[in-house]
Amino acid sequence: MNKIYILWLRQLKRYWRSRSRIIGSLVQPMLYLLALGYGFGAVFRQAGQGNYLSFLAPGVVGMTIIFSAIFSGMEVIWDRQFGFLKETLVAPMPRFNIMLGRTLGGATVATLQGMIVLFLSLAFGFRPVDPWAILFVIPYLFLLALMFTALGTAIASVLNDMQGFQLIINFLVMPMFFLSGALYPLKGLPMGLAVVARINPLSYGVDAFRDLLIGAGHYGLAIDTAVLLGLTIAFLMSGSRFFSKVEV
Amino acid sequence: MTDVMIEAKGITKKFDKIVAVDDISFEVKSGEIFALLGPNGAGKSTTIKMLTTLLRPTSGTVTVNGFDTVSQSDQVRRSFGIVFQDPSLDGELTAWENMEIHGVLYDVPRAQRSERIEQLLKFVELWDRKDDVAKNFSGGMKRRLEIARGLLHEPKIIFLDEPTLGLDVQTRNSMWNYLRELNKSQGTTVLFTTHYMDEAEKIAQRIAIIDQGKIVALGTTAELKEKTGKASLEEAFLALTGKQIRDEAADPKELMRAFMRSRMGQK
Repeated sequence: MNKIYILWLRQLKRYWRSRSRIIGSLVQPMLYLLALGYGFGAVFRQAGQGNYLSFLAPGVVGMTIIFSAIFSGMEVIWDRQFGFLKETLVAPMPRFNIMLGRTLGGATVATLQGMIVLFLSLAFGFRPVDPWAILFVIPYLFLLALMFTALGTAIASVLNDMQGFQLIINFLVMPMFFLSGALYPLKGLPMGLAVVARINPLSYGVDAFRDLLIGAGHYGLAIDTAVLLGLTIAFLMSGSRFFSKVEV
Repeated sequence: MTDVMIEAKGITKKFDKIVAVDDISFEVKSGEIFALLGPNGAGKSTTIKMLTTLLRPTSGTVTVNGFDTVSQSDQVRRSFGIVFQDPSLDGELTAWENMEIHGVLYDVPRAQRSERIEQLLKFVELWDRKDDVAKNFSGGMKRRLEIARGLLHEPKIIFLDEPTLGLDVQTRNSMWNYLRELNKSQGTTVLFTTHYMDEAEKIAQRIAIIDQGKIVALGTTAELKEKTGKASLEEAFLALTGKQIRDEAADPKELMRAFMRSRMGQK
């Protein structure tokens, strides 16, 4: 337990010490929130869909979490490159616990990033239906963060070098972001896009956030929760499976 | 206390079809300083990785401190400290924090942890830099910190894979002084690899020369010289392993990458 805790703490310390990473990873979501939120606001309202900034904020929080979580998970590659991974792999503890400590740490970092964006969006005019909703949404932020950190760890465990990282961002993370309901309503989508959104894990996270924060879910909170829990367990299992095979 | 600290019996490691280590057997006695010499790609690092549970032998068995490296890996891991060929510190963390993580991972009780960390950081002369992050350290300081870290859980044996690579003479000297002192006062067994023959000659009590995955000679410096009829260890080494320059592609890391690529069907 101590060992998992110290590996968790390590991720947090690393996060806290790289201020440039904290700020850098907030710029993109804020750009989306402000440029799109204000830019499309009028069109969205005229279409009778209400306040676009409030609709968009949960999506941008989801975006922050997926980027931050995948990045945290893929830090395995960095640790392999800079050697620290070996130090943990020869320690007298099961691989699963190493993976768990790392993943919980990365997920905590991604959750914090998501919360920062959530609070920033409040400052720019986002209004949840109920201030308490912010409290209830936190476990969901963490669940989505855990899911993607585990996915990042699984991917990083089979990649050899950092070149693969850019590939994952371009071919997995960006499409997941654009093809989820983060930027637009899932209702009335063309058939193809609706199907893609349905098989996209991020859609369920954003949908749950929206359900809790602005009372406008599409799939329903029960389905969102079930899918998120199921996928998190599946990714944690495959992550630990691949991580247990890592050789340095 | 066991008399034999390491016992390797017929260990072989194959990466796909390439045989990196080919059926080698040797023993290292408790309290001994033992060197593993060999040209690039001879199988030194792969051997160390098998001794330290990082790789499973394809066949054969290794016991360290009486424990089997495959079936009792946790006990084996508690028995040794290791200084890797490449740094393995977390550069974002301070010297103290790097030590602390290690202490927790190896179950060093909290009460003893701080005391031992202080003692070891003073031993390697890094106490006044304990709150500096490791990425700002020089190569020699990093190596010293790794040695201190490897000793934190009071291992019976310490493995060092080319520990003096890229270090200046002063640092090399002081490093070996620490290790010899430790060997003398605690009876810690030391197993190291190196490319510097003078180092092996001066420090190791026994030497194994490994080439193309096989042990080609094993004994004291005097025995190796006698066997080859040469005047220096370097000449003996060249007589045993030949003068041909080795293909770097046979490096274990490269072998592993080639293996992983072929396995995952990448180009």
